[in-house]
Amino acid sequence: MDGVLQPLRAYEHWLAQYKRVWRGTVGTSLINPILYLTALGVGLGTIVDRTQNTPGGVPYLDFVAPGLLAAAAMQTAATESSWPVMAAIKWSRVYHGMIATPLTERDAFVGHQLFVVTRVLVSAAAYLVVIAAFGAVSSWTALLVVPVAVLIGTAFSMPMAAISASVERDNSFVTIFRFLIVPMFLFSGTFFPVSQLPYALELVAYATPLWHGVELCRMLTLGEVDAAAALGHVAYLAAWATVGFELARRAYRKRLLG
Amino acid sequence: MIHARDLVKRFGELVAVDGIDLDVRRGEAFGFLGPNGAGKSSTMRMIGCVSPVSGGMLRILGLDPATDGPAIRARLGVVPQQDTLDFELTVRENVLIYGRYFGLSRRELRPRIEELLDFVQLTERAGDKVEPLSGGMKRRLTIARSLVNDPDLLLLDEPTTGLDPQARHVVWDRLFRLKQRGKTFVVTTHYMDEAEQLCDRLVVMDRGKIVAEGSPWELIQRYSTREVVELRFEGEGPQNGKLDGVAERVEELPDRVLLYTADGDATAAAVGTRGLPAHSTLVRRSTLEDVFLHLTGRTLVD
Repeated sequence: MDGVLQPLRAYEHWLAQYKRVWRGTVGTSLINPILYLTALGVGLGTIVDRTQNTPGGVPYLDFVAPGLLAAAAMQTAATESSWPVMAAIKWSRVYHGMIATPLTERDAFVGHQLFVVTRVLVSAAAYLVVIAAFGAVSSWTALLVVPVAVLIGTAFSMPMAAISASVERDNSFVTIFRFLIVPMFLFSGTFFPVSQLPYALELVAYATPLWHGVELCRMLTLGEVDAAAALGHVAYLAAWATVGFELARRAYRKRLLG
Repeated sequence: MIHARDLVKRFGELVAVDGIDLDVRRGEAFGFLGPNGAGKSSTMRMIGCVSPVSGGMLRILGLDPATDGPAIRARLGVVPQQDTLDFELTVRENVLIYGRYFGLSRRELRPRIEELLDFVQLTERAGDKVEPLSGGMKRRLTIARSLVNDPDLLLLDEPTTGLDPQARHVVWDRLFRLKQRGKTFVVTTHYMDEAEQLCDRLVVMDRGKIVAEGSPWELIQRYSTREVVELRFEGEGPQNGKLDGVAERVEELPDRVLLYTADGDATAAAVGTRGLPAHSTLVRRSTLEDVFLHLTGRTLVD
């Protein structure tokens, strides 16, 4: 019972903090998709659609929207598990306050991840509403992109939390975002099919969790679900989340219990 | 409340706590005194069940930290060396959320929070964010927070380090009241006045070992003399040997000479008859600081 209740108590801490800023983040969660979809889906999309040779044979807006949603889940998750985790260890030392009580380092970790999941869930839901408003949703299966976004989020936030609990300095994050997150955002099938890439890079793209997330979201909003492929994508993302969870749990233990 | 035998903490090669024995009884105010790096904080972290024991035996409230960590921590109040407050939240919310970690309901917490904030004189700041509070206020908030579960045992790791004298006295006053209410607490400090004011009994730690144990008064009797005469000389001090035998112990420092003696005035007079013109003479009672420096040396540790 404590294994369930105690992480929720740690989660309450993050909610109390979030209560002060939620309006701002919800605003961003709505404005960002509107900007991206207008610029890429409508602006660039109009030109792409004129070529009569759009990826997947659907309007470019419909192609790019689910990709953007998946990439946003990645970015929210990675950001929330980087600086805030380091702060709770080194700067505000909030985790140290938690583990001085009946809460364990595992509760501190799980409670924080529950909050990251909450953030991803809310922003994915907002993204889906905007995509629907732009008319880029073709099927009710699109509703499933919200849980899928949560899965994408955990595939990134768990490994990121493991890194954040292990590194000493926050400039590691700048490196990670510059050399991993941003290239993934650009080249994992978000904006164009990875088959356009040179063959070696195409193979790299298949290995990124984001590509699997993008493919899943796209199937769901277009309503063209290939069950076998979808299961494969889910399994791959779940593997990243599971391994990341275990690594992060160990990293927290090592870091907080000296 | 605390029972330790041959307790050891190792960090790789480094032995931070090197086989100490401890017994803290209910209602006692117990102190760890020692220079930086003596092993005080490592010991406190083991007692607080946030640092696994490397060797020996440790029981807190009759329980084993290795297996009952959460159950022990549920009955502890911890004031850590560095604050772990949430700067984004208000004073009241900080206590509330901390109380929730113990599984206390919001309903039972509400009146208790007001009581605790009143106790640490922060009622007027209850709705303010923590960030702009002074160091002393933050410390008092940390103390209020540590009391939210009505702990059986309070652990205070350098509770007044870094505070100005006024703030220190307010904190001491609050801790003294807790002591009067019969709370058991363990304090680490490198301030001698803090130890003398708060502790019924204390141990002096140096390089991971306990080098002395007793009440402040016993330690002064055992390791120092009743009084100390401090002499300052113009220019060169007296030549070696001139002060021999004038006191029980003579310690020459670069800027002054300390004479440890039972009767300070008599010793000061004896110095005068030897024709040693001291620039200034101060007779004072021996303090824990004399004990401390005698036991742990004057060399800078870090």
